[in-house]
Amino acid sequence: MLGFWIYLMSDCLIFAVLFATYGVLSGNYAAGPGPHDLFELPLVALNTTMLLLSSITYGFAMIGMQHDRQKQVMVWLAITGLFGLAFLGIEIYEFAHLIMEGATPQRSGFLSAFFTLVGTHGLHVTFGLIWLVVLLVQIQQRGLIADNRRRLMCLSMFWHFLDVVWIGVFTFVYLLGVLR
Amino acid sequence: MFGNIDLARLIFGRFTLDAIPYYDPILVTTFLVVAMAGGALLYAITKYRLWGYLWSEWFTTVDHKKIGIMYMILAIVMLLRGFADAIMMRLQQAIAFNGSEGYLPAHHYDQVFTAHGVIMIFFVAMPMITGIMNYVVPLQIGARDVSFPFLNNFSFWMTTAGAVIIMMSLFVGEFARTGWLAFPPLSGAEYSPGVGVDYYIWGLQIAGVGTLLSGVNLLVTIIKMRAPGMTMMKIPVFTWTSLCTNVLIVASFPVLTAVLALLSLDRYVGTNFFTNDLGGNSMMYFNLIWIWGHPEVYILILPAFGVFSEVTSTFSGKRLFGYTSMVYATVVITILAYLVWLHHFFTMGNGASVNSFFGITTMIISIPTGAKIFNWLFTMYRGRIRFELPMMWTIAFIVTFTIGGMTGVLLAVPPVDFTVHNSLFLVAHFHNVIIGGVLFGMFAAINFWFPKAFGFRLDPFWGKVSFWFWVGGFYVAFMPLYVLGLMGVTRRLREFDDPSLQIWFVIAACGAAMIAVGIAAFLIQIFQSIRNREALADVTGDPWNGRTLEWATSSPPPEYNFAFTPIVHDLDAYADMKARGMQRPMKGFKPIHMPKNTGAGIILAGLSVVFGFAMIWYIWWLAIVSFIALIGTAIAHTFNYDRGYTIPADKVSATESAYAAAISQRG
Amino acid sequence: MSTGSHAGDAGDTSTHHGHEGHGATQYVHDEGGAAHGTLKGYLTGFVLSVVLTAIPFWLVMARPIESATTTAMIVIVFAVTQIVVHMIYFLHMDSRSEGGWTVMALIFTVVLVGITVSGSLWVMYHLNTNMMPMNMMEMPEGGAMESTGTEPDAGQSGGAMPGMDHGAHGG
Repeated sequence: MLGFWIYLMSDCLIFAVLFATYGVLSGNYAAGPGPHDLFELPLVALNTTMLLLSSITYGFAMIGMQHDRQKQVMVWLAITGLFGLAFLGIEIYEFAHLIMEGATPQRSGFLSAFFTLVGTHGLHVTFGLIWLVVLLVQIQQRGLIADNRRRLMCLSMFWHFLDVVWIGVFTFVYLLGVLR
Repeated sequence: MFGNIDLARLIFGRFTLDAIPYYDPILVTTFLVVAMAGGALLYAITKYRLWGYLWSEWFTTVDHKKIGIMYMILAIVMLLRGFADAIMMRLQQAIAFNGSEGYLPAHHYDQVFTAHGVIMIFFVAMPMITGIMNYVVPLQIGARDVSFPFLNNFSFWMTTAGAVIIMMSLFVGEFARTGWLAFPPLSGAEYSPGVGVDYYIWGLQIAGVGTLLSGVNLLVTIIKMRAPGMTMMKIPVFTWTSLCTNVLIVASFPVLTAVLALLSLDRYVGTNFFTNDLGGNSMMYFNLIWIWGHPEVYILILPAFGVFSEVTSTFSGKRLFGYTSMVYATVVITILAYLVWLHHFFTMGNGASVNSFFGITTMIISIPTGAKIFNWLFTMYRGRIRFELPMMWTIAFIVTFTIGGMTGVLLAVPPVDFTVHNSLFLVAHFHNVIIGGVLFGMFAAINFWFPKAFGFRLDPFWGKVSFWFWVGGFYVAFMPLYVLGLMGVTRRLREFDDPSLQIWFVIAACGAAMIAVGIAAFLIQIFQSIRNREALADVTGDPWNGRTLEWATSSPPPEYNFAFTPIVHDLDAYADMKARGMQRPMKGFKPIHMPKNTGAGIILAGLSVVFGFAMIWYIWWLAIVSFIALIGTAIAHTFNYDRGYTIPADKVSATESAYAAAISQRG
Repeated sequence: MSTGSHAGDAGDTSTHHGHEGHGATQYVHDEGGAAHGTLKGYLTGFVLSVVLTAIPFWLVMARPIESATTTAMIVIVFAVTQIVVHMIYFLHMDSRSEGGWTVMALIFTVVLVGITVSGSLWVMYHLNTNMMPMNMMEMPEGGAMESTGTEPDAGQSGGAMPGMDHGAHGG
């Protein structure tokens, strides 16, 4: 647990670097589109909702674990996964939309930094989903044994950690981006 | 016709036979030597049927002691490669005068100095400190292994995988020609279109995974697995410095990972982070990589400080002077390490306020470091000093490191830095602290803990030969570079116009030759010691009258380290036990639960090499296949729940009685 | 266990129960010390974070406050609050878990993230100011000048920030 937490802290620093890079490059539009032209806040709000909902459903799964209810754990985990999938789908839709408009990662320093920061978060969610599926299989096979409980708790930390990072993303990238 | 070419590109990416440098006599000769030596080694292993033994006892081991030893072997092998690069540079610079171009063409010379830096830092210094920490830390805190034994094995193989990728570049393609930190825009796709920088990126990324995970692992080990009674202020100093080093690793290597990932995005995807146009900012790379790069320096030196502390107090026969101040100095250095990165680019144009802030923080670092030097001196003061090899290295360190530290403080003054930035003065400075600090520290550590690891001491005669040639060679090789730097000679030059400079380069080359003798003597020392292992044997497990818990075990320690978890009452726990007349318990042994060996680590690392190679050469299908295989293997590994086994009590009892019998026989 | 079983190396077997479990096999049991969430806790956290998310979105989308700088400051305050809420209700941070080491690691990381982000912005801002010729700043590519504006890092780097009104330096 502590080991995984420390790993998360180191992951935090990866995001710190990406945030810092975004901070430095976020004004470098290179005569291309800026946040005003690109970001659609209703979509971001929807996306944020998905992630928040997935957080609380994961919480329900953890409560199920505390009460040794395997079925409850698995159902809530699956629902969490669906919300995560929805989040990813919306993000992919957003990216595809941007790229079709010509706002590609290659277009400017700002867009490079934007795609990398948001994309790295999305990549983390993807790995979280793979992990979640693996864990579902393992719980199915072996039940809520100590090893699986520990893994559930690690994934819980991972999932909520991604939520925290997303707060930074929607605030500093999207909201403040539109404000400028 | 076109179809053929496309098919070749599809299968081999940008790899063609031209990538093999068969036209270069130096590389062909090197290749032949390596191939023959490697072939002989493989033949010997096969002939003596050692593959099974190596696989089951070493490659798949999760024993922190064996992993530590493997780290050391990796480091020593890579030291030979890195030093070969060094001596090639010294020779080139010594003869490239008066119109002579020397013997290394520019593109080759540039690869040599890049490879030298990368290898010496990432694949010599890092594995060496990781190896020593791996071996010693669990023993010093009275633990049976690290917190995550499988991760430990995996980390080692990832580090090795990185080294393999770097070594591959010698014979397949080329290495980066950018200097060891690969600054863009030179390292960008536009100016370095070849595979060199990609080798650099993937070598470091893969090794970086190993470094980060071993950092997490050791950190958790030190926090959670200390013997009962070992409170924070009773932790041996080496373990304290390891703790701080691993904090630095965990908190700085992600920065390197991220910044290299951004660079590879620039190279592979065409983003504009560090490019010259479309809003890229190459200075951001300097800024980010030094946020990692400066803590890295302390990652290397802190464990060496720990070694010197243990050695000084052991060979002076008394407690370390100022343990508390030593601990606080280490912690202060750890934190300050994050506040000085800009001193690596004072000349970038940050203006007075920024430069003075970072200049001052840099100078402040010398205060805790100076406190440490005084602590060692006061430990020696009125001690009964035994001038064994570890102590000799320590004394050489104190002198040498002080000189290097003072030139460092000179460089910390921004106006001074403007005149010597990127000069040989800087080169002399960091070699002065890294050789005089880290490397001397590692030699002290090897001589100090070798008997613990193998059950016999290292031969003192060849050790002394090695010591004197290393120390003497260091001064002869690097003092001239200070002089040259002050005269304004910049680093990384391949040829020179001013004939008056030549003599200094010739002297430096002689110094490098002396160091070569030192390295040879070190290898002879090891072989000689193996031959005379009976005479040099250490039966008691405590050859130096040691003070910390690792000396309470047999040499080499049993796989479970401690039959009973020791209870710590005091700092220098083993010295305390000896003073109280401790007796070893001879019965009441219990079965011991230990982790099982696993081949997952080496398989994952092997797949990483394939993945890295495919990415470097744009062999996309192979990259995809190996990546999926990586993920698949990792997931499959998590389905293995049965990871432990139990050593029965009578086996523990037999091992412990044999040890006790051996001690009593010796008297 | 006859002689001197009290002395260090001869540790009494009964005293190292925790160690036996950890021993080399950390993975067997390691839940000790980690705080557990309750249904009430999760729901409180969820409601709070919904509110703390909705308000900043509303502030930016409907713009009830005219000044961009003020809105930005408020949005940042909400973000920081929400991060704290998540830490407490979802990640179960408290100073007791794992003997305080999780919180220690968190504080250290927050400091380092602060140093990394605000330090980078400070350094790069000064660099851009010093190295950018005045006339370049007017050009669109000179956007580097404004670059530090969007990433105020929870207000840590006040001195280095050009402020939210990005025209300030451009001319």
